[in-house]
Amino acid sequence: MTKSDALARRETERDAVLLALTNQVPYNRFLGVQFDRLGDELTARLPYQEMHIGNPFLPAIHGGVTGAFLEITALTQLGWDMCWAIMEEGGDAADDLFAGTFPAMPKTIDITIDYLRSGRPRETYARANVQKAGRRVANLSVEAWQDNRDRPIAVLRGNFLMPGTS
Amino acid sequence: MTENKPSDLVKLNLRDAPEDDEGVVMEGMPHGNALGMRLHSSKDGVSRLSVPYNEMLVGDPETGVLHGGVITVLLDTACGSAIMSYPRKMRATATLDLRIDYMRPATKGETVFARAECYRMTRSVGFARAIAYHSNPDDPIAMGTGTFIIEPAKDDSAKDDAGKNGSAKNGSAKNETAPKEQGE
Repeated sequence: MTKSDALARRETERDAVLLALTNQVPYNRFLGVQFDRLGDELTARLPYQEMHIGNPFLPAIHGGVTGAFLEITALTQLGWDMCWAIMEEGGDAADDLFAGTFPAMPKTIDITIDYLRSGRPRETYARANVQKAGRRVANLSVEAWQDNRDRPIAVLRGNFLMPGTS
Repeated sequence: MTENKPSDLVKLNLRDAPEDDEGVVMEGMPHGNALGMRLHSSKDGVSRLSVPYNEMLVGDPETGVLHGGVITVLLDTACGSAIMSYPRKMRATATLDLRIDYMRPATKGETVFARAECYRMTRSVGFARAIAYHSNPDDPIAMGTGTFIIEPAKDDSAKDDAGKNGSAKNGSAKNETAPKEQGE
């Protein structure tokens, strides 16, 4: 195998792990959440569906849907960071990932969502920032936007319990 | 020091409404429909809603527990509904912020209920809190606190007419102050 073959294979494996990580959660599929990846950086996408609407008069995406999308972005980011570390490490744990077996995922402790603009019936994007990746607790902020990155529609802050602790 | 029970924080003046009443589907809200969300009552700033268990809404495939996002939708809708049912003329409301504390995972296979109360209303902002639970509000799955921006009725003087014009599409079958629009 040439070096470029190995690199291409590694990218394919990373994409496969990300897709499996996203789709193992039924609720992610229910809402239709997807993730784009550049290296280790993720961008969440929520392609618009009519069933996301909370207020048909405006119309606007349900605030709960936006909140759920932000929470999914946070949880997936933490799960992805764990997977990334495992893949970089290699070995049996990485082989498990490639076979579709994932470690236990973080759990939400609390979230606060600020709604800045109403969510219009179009695709929504989100990106998470890990403010602190503690051993027991991780703190994240997530921002969601639609057409314009400079005009976020909602931001989330949350604390998440890391697996292996209780 | 006395410790407040969770239910002390949200009015329980809905005890007369049986926990197993069917409620109504929130037809005017596409996402409420998608979840099978039901409105059991919404009156005088207090509301009660539920979401039945559904495997498509699972967040943890190992345990079959509902995703936190479902609880977020339920508590947001319950708080918004409590705000809209507050005895005051308003045209619409939209969530300004929402905080949710997850106390324990939901139980696989069980319906999640939510009770919400608008505990303070000002001219521009309404304050609400809510509990999500299965059968006992004092054993909560999650608790939420939200602030909601209020769009006052366009003409405050047209009190009687405004109330009658409001459609009950938001699923407010038992509402006296029918929510017209719950802007999100």
